Amino acid sequence: MIPAPFDYIAPSTVAEAVSALEEAGEDAKVLAGGQSLLPVLRMRMADPGVVVDLGGVTALRGVREEGGSLVIGSMTTHHDVMRDPLVHHHAKLLAQTARTVADPQVRHRGTFGGALVHADPAGDLAAPTLALDAEMVLAGPSGARVVRASEFFVDYFTTALDPAEVLVEVRFPMFTGWSAHYEKFNRVAQAWSVVGVAAAVRVEAGAIAEARVGLTNMGSTPVRALAVEQALLGRPATPEAIRHAARHATEGTSPVSDAGADIDYREHLAQVLTGRAVTAAAGV
Amino acid sequence: MTSTAEPELGRSRKRKEDARLVTGATRWTDNMALPGMMHLAVLRSPVAHARITSVDTSEARRMSGVRAVVTGTDIAADQGSLPCAWPITEDMRSPQAPPMAVDTVNFAGEAVAMVAARSAAEARDALDAIDVDYDDLPVVLDVESAAQPGSPLVHTELGTNRSATWTFDSAEAGTGGDVDRALADAEVRVERTFRQQRLIPAFMEPRSVLVDPTSEQITVYSATQVPHILRTMLAMSLGVDEHKIRVIAPDVGGGFGGKLQVTPEEVLTFLMARRLGCPVKWTETRSETMVSAHHGRDQVQRLALAARRDGTVTGLNVELLADMGAYLRLVTPGIPILGGLMFNSIYKFDSYRFTCTNVFTTKTPTDAYRGAGRPEATFAIERMMDELAAELDMDPLEVRRRNWIDRAEFPYTTVAGLTYDSGDYEAATGRAEELFGYRQLREEQARRRQRADTVQLGIGVSTFTEMCGLAPSRVLGSLSYGAGGWEHAQIRVLPTGKVELVTGVSPHGQGHVTAWSQLVADRIGVPFDDVEVLHGDTQISPRGMDTYGSRSLSVGGMAAVSATDRVIEKARRIAAHMLECSEDDLEFSAGRFGVRGTDRGTGISDVALAAFTAHDLPEGVEPNLDAEATFDPENFSFPHGTHLCAVEVDTDTGEVRIRSYVCVDDVGTVVNPLIVEGQVHGGLAQGIAQALFEEAVHDEDGTLTTATLADYLVPTAADLPEFTTDRTETRATSNQLGVKGVGEAGTIASTPAVVNAVVDAVRHFGVDDVRMPCSPQRVWRAIRGVRASSETAPEAGGGLGSMETGGFAGSEGDLR
Repeated sequence: MIPAPFDYIAPSTVAEAVSALEEAGEDAKVLAGGQSLLPVLRMRMADPGVVVDLGGVTALRGVREEGGSLVIGSMTTHHDVMRDPLVHHHAKLLAQTARTVADPQVRHRGTFGGALVHADPAGDLAAPTLALDAEMVLAGPSGARVVRASEFFVDYFTTALDPAEVLVEVRFPMFTGWSAHYEKFNRVAQAWSVVGVAAAVRVEAGAIAEARVGLTNMGSTPVRALAVEQALLGRPATPEAIRHAARHATEGTSPVSDAGADIDYREHLAQVLTGRAVTAAAGV
Repeated sequence: MTSTAEPELGRSRKRKEDARLVTGATRWTDNMALPGMMHLAVLRSPVAHARITSVDTSEARRMSGVRAVVTGTDIAADQGSLPCAWPITEDMRSPQAPPMAVDTVNFAGEAVAMVAARSAAEARDALDAIDVDYDDLPVVLDVESAAQPGSPLVHTELGTNRSATWTFDSAEAGTGGDVDRALADAEVRVERTFRQQRLIPAFMEPRSVLVDPTSEQITVYSATQVPHILRTMLAMSLGVDEHKIRVIAPDVGGGFGGKLQVTPEEVLTFLMARRLGCPVKWTETRSETMVSAHHGRDQVQRLALAARRDGTVTGLNVELLADMGAYLRLVTPGIPILGGLMFNSIYKFDSYRFTCTNVFTTKTPTDAYRGAGRPEATFAIERMMDELAAELDMDPLEVRRRNWIDRAEFPYTTVAGLTYDSGDYEAATGRAEELFGYRQLREEQARRRQRADTVQLGIGVSTFTEMCGLAPSRVLGSLSYGAGGWEHAQIRVLPTGKVELVTGVSPHGQGHVTAWSQLVADRIGVPFDDVEVLHGDTQISPRGMDTYGSRSLSVGGMAAVSATDRVIEKARRIAAHMLECSEDDLEFSAGRFGVRGTDRGTGISDVALAAFTAHDLPEGVEPNLDAEATFDPENFSFPHGTHLCAVEVDTDTGEVRIRSYVCVDDVGTVVNPLIVEGQVHGGLAQGIAQALFEEAVHDEDGTLTTATLADYLVPTAADLPEFTTDRTETRATSNQLGVKGVGEAGTIASTPAVVNAVVDAVRHFGVDDVRMPCSPQRVWRAIRGVRASSETAPEAGGGLGSMETGGFAGSEGDLR
């Protein structure tokens, strides 16, 4: 498993990374945790001339609270997201999701931002990021810009990033006090999701006051299950009511048939798993 | 024995070889480097069936570090044809099997060119510069249509895709009645068609070969299970003198039958090294393993079973189509035949017929994979016994009891003509029922059904036996196999009293070094740590038939025991001379010869020293304390066991979760319980993998779509339940040790136990089969009686496997 030759650049700041990318143009790939890029290079599915490694850009790591937002640096590992007390407190759904990613080795190397930019529709972290209405902070040659998660995921393995841009951090509104659950359905422990459902709810007096639901692998991008969210609002937090609302889970989705599942089965799973995810999140 | 030391036989010793194996401190083939060594990379066909119209290597030849680029045409005259040692019928059709395709490729993954370069990276880079033009031929993928007249042909020169048809008929053999009659007269008939999906052995260490041609004798290092067979076959297929080849199998990391092969790459590396006159090493990538190392299973099984209403089976008819893939490798055609004698399993059937047709397709060749033919047979009959039980509304254990060989009936000659020496199915089953809590689980199952729970409980039974300890040479001869089944060992007691045991079996993860040390330490009366086991080098261990078919202990271990006994016999003569007494006056115990009725005696190490100095040996005794022995078994060994599996099926999603798994195996006398336990655990994992997870899938062009471990679902500990294992111990009477094989037991027994449990959980929905692997989607469809909209033709989706078609290469990728 030997990749094609490439030039390796290891910047220590975001500015250096951006200028390296600008210089390399379309021929460059960014290396974050390497959990997707390295297999792809080794199998020669891609042969970039330049690899820009963000491993040394320490400013991209870490979680902080800032201006009423929870901010996760793009190079924060899944393991750190999973363990971070701020994440637990303000965006529990992300912690719940991160713990389902692959295995401990991958979670210690793979990064939150890397997974989002890789934009694999079967990747788990995009759905909660979308459901929690995150903002992505991008740095490029002409400065920084902010893109909402709903506009960030464009297509299979494709995001709104320009070739010379780097994802710096992801900002989340505070979901303090919400409860959450990520329901992942896969064939073996280290496999990608056949379907995944990210659900966060705020329950007030036995009823669902607010709900966020995101779907993994139900289209070429993560899908926010708005119809489910609507149907849940004000409903009693009971398994029956939730199951009823979960029937809307296929609205706005466009799943495909692949080796893991056919379309009809995926649609069925989305409904069943949405019911389970919300029920678990609501703790009923 | 008078010794107070704990006997080695039966002791759960930790394996002495593990420290170096698990820390990677050992020398795997790929770790080796020789002066002036070139690295070999192999270019493989991306298409399944095509004529090669041109191969342009000019650019690759000019690349940095490249020493040679060789195509099939370049070596057509030298490369010979890969050996097939098992012509199952006189009229078997066997195509030429060149190690490298010359003008036609017959499966995706077949070698079409190779590069030798100074570094592995340069060799790999040069592959991309080779330009091959293919003229597509029709692919032949489905074994059933391939067997039909009018199908496109894999090998046009053969005129058919059918390689051979092998039959066994109990009426003709005189071992039983006429199966057609039994079926015609049957009170109950059960007919089913099962599919044994194609599996990939997926051993941990990739295959690797290093050939050193720089002395007169060419040394071949290979990650192989079969160094001895490889040496002989290289000599025969390449016309090289056998005594000019030395084969070394260093520590080898797994095989499961997948390294029971003479591979194209072993021959190609040999040819390249000879051509260049320098050492050449080839190590495969995981993707190469998946497409080019041989696959396993892949059969369509049609069964018809005749029975009386009381559950007594009166006849079984089996018709198999076995997918050979594109070529006949070392023992490819014989794999289904190994199962052909086992479909009747532990039962007393009156009549039996087995018809197997071997068929070529344009896919990777199949060959031995853990159990080799016997898992397929056991699966089919154990599924049928559960189906019969359902048909008769009887308990599946009761149906088995009605039919199995009673403990008092051994030795018993079966309807397939094998004589089972020993067994106690009552004891193993009784113990398994008890550990499992069979009755309580049945009660829970009834309650869940009654409540229409989302999660339904299913209970699966598998009572298995297998023929292993391959094999009596005369039986192999009667099956037209190209070699014998004996094994060889030598014992050398060194002048200092330490012991070297040379064995012809070739361990690749099983723990032979530990077990053999235990075997010999007890008998010679030396400490466990004083025994060294030597193996895997044709120069050190000159004779052997290697390791496969759960043969090492019952055949190779017996050779070691015989050699040990001869050493002691010789030592007795010397000791008697030393002690000036008659041999009959000596008793040998715990490594010491004592003169009966006195306190005089001498230890084995003093005898060894005396033999070494040779100053005063009895007349006619040669000055060493060595002996060797070759053991050819008179019969197979027949381990058996009862496996019980409870699964929970989520009827909303089709997901299967194994709730409990109990197995009680009878492998005869046990040398090291810890090793046996490990073998059972690993075997269960692989058998469960077939039931629930693994499947080699090809698309309509014949491309393997499960060519990475991201797509080919090998389960890990996280996906498997806790196993409850126990043993009963019925000594084999066919060998002095009383041992039976254990290497394949778990794999053979577990697959039907799990699938039976899955079907049992959802039978009340009208389900009578779920095709393997029982994926959630298949189970879900079975429950709903819904057919798949499209089982093949996958589109781009998520995950690594989709990247090639999903346009990853053109997308932005990773973090920017």
